[in-house]
Amino acid sequence: MVNVSATHCLRIDREDDIVAVRRRVRDVVELRKFDSFAAAAIITAASELARNTLVHGGNGTATIDEVFDGSRAGVRIFFEDAGPGIPDIPRVLAGGYTTKRSMGLGLAGSRRLVDEFELLSTVGQGTKVTVTKWKRL
Amino acid sequence: MSNHGAIPILRLGPTLLVSIQVELRDAVAEAFQADVLTAIEKRGTTGLVVDISGLDMVDTYVARILAETGRMAKLMGTATVLVGMRPEVAATLVRMGYAMEGIRTALDLDDGLALLGHVVPRR
Repeated sequence: MVNVSATHCLRIDREDDIVAVRRRVRDVVELRKFDSFAAAAIITAASELARNTLVHGGNGTATIDEVFDGSRAGVRIFFEDAGPGIPDIPRVLAGGYTTKRSMGLGLAGSRRLVDEFELLSTVGQGTKVTVTKWKRL
Repeated sequence: MSNHGAIPILRLGPTLLVSIQVELRDAVAEAFQADVLTAIEKRGTTGLVVDISGLDMVDTYVARILAETGRMAKLMGTATVLVGMRPEVAATLVRMGYAMEGIRTALDLDDGLALLGHVVPRR
């Protein structure tokens, strides 16, 4: 059972918003006293995914949840856009899909930085990505 | 020195020294690359040291800007060394599969300058 203690919703409409997402995630993991490696991992993943939302989705939202699973604190981030979607998800997640803006690296790379990763995408409707990073005990 | 960007470029003998302390957004990144390349031409530089000890996060976007800058400098005959990468940044980049191959690195500014001293004879 995962409890959510706080939620931060941010719009991603322009490049400055990527910085804002990054800063908010940094604030949360600093408050929760994540170790510096776990903090860098989730901040970087958030940055990659926020940029994907902007570049491939056109715009979208990031919802940052401060979560607790009974023993560990964590941060869960949900990115959503109504962009063109991803036609070949396995290929993108294998990192082999490199557009000039390098969506493959961003998605495949951020997946390796987090503890939980979920990607839902429908062509013509949009993309939803949820990532969770738990504080090391 | 040329400074329409937010990142100062210092000259140290035949070497240019750049320390990145601010978030590299699109506009800043482009100005940074233009400033560095212009400075290389003006100053007849043979070495470029880019210090990133001030960055606690380097995503693939920033990594690409840094790698690109190194390749641009190389085309102009200038060797680049990236110095000061934090442990968290190194771990994160490798885990993402973006190890910045082809970019020469050194632990800190001292080592970076020493490395350039080997690559480029001092004038």
